[in-house]
Parts: sequence; C-alpha cells; structure tokens
Amino acid sequence: MAEETKELQMEQAKKQELLEGDAERTRSRLVFVPRVDIYEGNDAIVVLADMPGVAPEAVDITLESNVLNINGYVTPQYPEGYSLAWAEYRIGDYQRSFTLSEEIDQERIEATVKDGVLRLVLPKATPTTRKIAIKGA
Amino acid sequence: MLQRQFRGMSPMWREMEQLRREMDRLWGELAAPFEAPALRGYPAMNVWMNENGAVVTTELPGVLSDNLDINVADNTLTVSGSRKPEELEEGATYHRRERAYGTFTRSFQLPFKVDPQKVEASLNNGILTITLPRAEEDKPKKIAVRVS
Repeated sequence: MAEETKELQMEQAKKQELLEGDAERTRSRLVFVPRVDIYEGNDAIVVLADMPGVAPEAVDITLESNVLNINGYVTPQYPEGYSLAWAEYRIGDYQRSFTLSEEIDQERIEATVKDGVLRLVLPKATPTTRKIAIKGA
Repeated sequence: MLQRQFRGMSPMWREMEQLRREMDRLWGELAAPFEAPALRGYPAMNVWMNENGAVVTTELPGVLSDNLDINVADNTLTVSGSRKPEELEEGATYHRRERAYGTFTRSFQLPFKVDPQKVEASLNNGILTITLPRAEEDKPKKIAVRVS
C-alpha cells in the first residue's frame, strides 16, 4: 500500500494553536488543536486524536446536546539539571469540540488513551423508530 | 510587499530597506516567545543541554517502540520509525483524516561526542526522551592553577 511507505512531512510536526473564543480559560497555558481522524462504522463513530504528553487519566471528555468536547491536559516534564538549548515544539494542553449529527448512546461511550493517542468510540444509539416490514399476502 | 532587489537601487531607498529590516528583526525578537518555533523536519525536537550531555525530546503520538530506531554515531543522533494506519472495519468511511501515517527519519547533530554505551531512551505517552551523555574523552578538562 502506497500510504504506508509515505514519508511523514514536516507539516505534521506543526501544532496548531487554539484561538480563544468567548470563554477564556482559567489556566494561562498554551492550548493546541489536536489532529484527529474520525471515521464512521456500522454501529459507532470513532475519533482518534493525537495528544502527545497526555496521560490516560488527564483526559476530559464531555458530550452535551450533541457537542463533543475533548480536553487533554499535559503535565510538562522538563529534564532536571538541563537547560533548553534548541526548541522546535511547544508544550501545552489540547482542546477540540465537534458537533455530532448522529444520535449517540452516551452510556456506552468508550475512551482510551495509549501512546499519546486518544481513541474515542461513540456507539450510535439504536433508533427508537422501528422499520415495520410489510408481510406479503 | 516587494522583496526583489533592484540593481539600480538608490542609496536612500537602500537605507529605508535596511531600516525596515532592522525593524522587522526587532519586532521578531519581541514576538519570538509567542511565535511557533522554527521546524527542520519531522518529528519536531527539543534539545536540553548541560555540561555532561544532552536530553532530546520529541513528540511521537501513536508510534510504538517496536517501530522506532535510535542510532548514535559520534555526535549525530538519528531517530527513524513509522506509524501504522488504523485498520478500519468493513464499510467504515472517514469523515476527517488529519493524522498522517508513514515513515520518518530525523538526524540531529550535537555539539559534542556522545558515549553510545550510555545512551538511554524512553517512550512515554507519545513522548520520546533520549538521554545522550557526553563522551568522557570529549569533556573539557579542568586545569587547576597551582598557587606557588
């Protein structure tokens, strides 16, 4: 597959800073927009978000009236006894919101964080309106 | 803004240009902490130093340690690896694809010779940390001044 041998470009290393909306954050820290992949399967929507430096317990996810909020908090770890000599990336929290068009079964949402990647499985709610099959005579 | 240099640029114009550049530089310095740092490739690297060596950190979300190669030769650190794409179930479709997959190689030249035996690396929450101690023979010798 051509995609697998593709070389990761410098663009991918760039972090997009979150533009402050109406509501300011209480913590004055850099906030980045995580890169995401979102795909829809037969019975769930899966969100993958790159959040390097975020520990599994430092993720906050809320879903309120179809708005999905993803927050990842980073505890910066600086090597002790060293001083920064060259910097290409900055450290900060991650935040991103999505409006979901699909009905989601909130009770069964699953979130895991592994190797700095958040994986969110949003199961589609089973439709309450059932299709009624018409029996042939 | 017109950036092209003219051969027949008048001295006054040249002076204006110089002033503009100087202003840009000053503004650049003031704005520097808020600007995105200069990138040289993937992955982005931060380098920490002291007299005994360096610590290099890079952000590699979703890269498994099995798919990561770290090499040190003299004073050059090379990090290469790959990130595998997610395997989708039959019939699944992408709504968004912003995360890239593929291979990467990045070299970084340090201002000292590294002791390859003592290099340590750890991968934690998608952050790779490499500790590169300076080779003993490369360390500056302290010369004691004898008081006579």
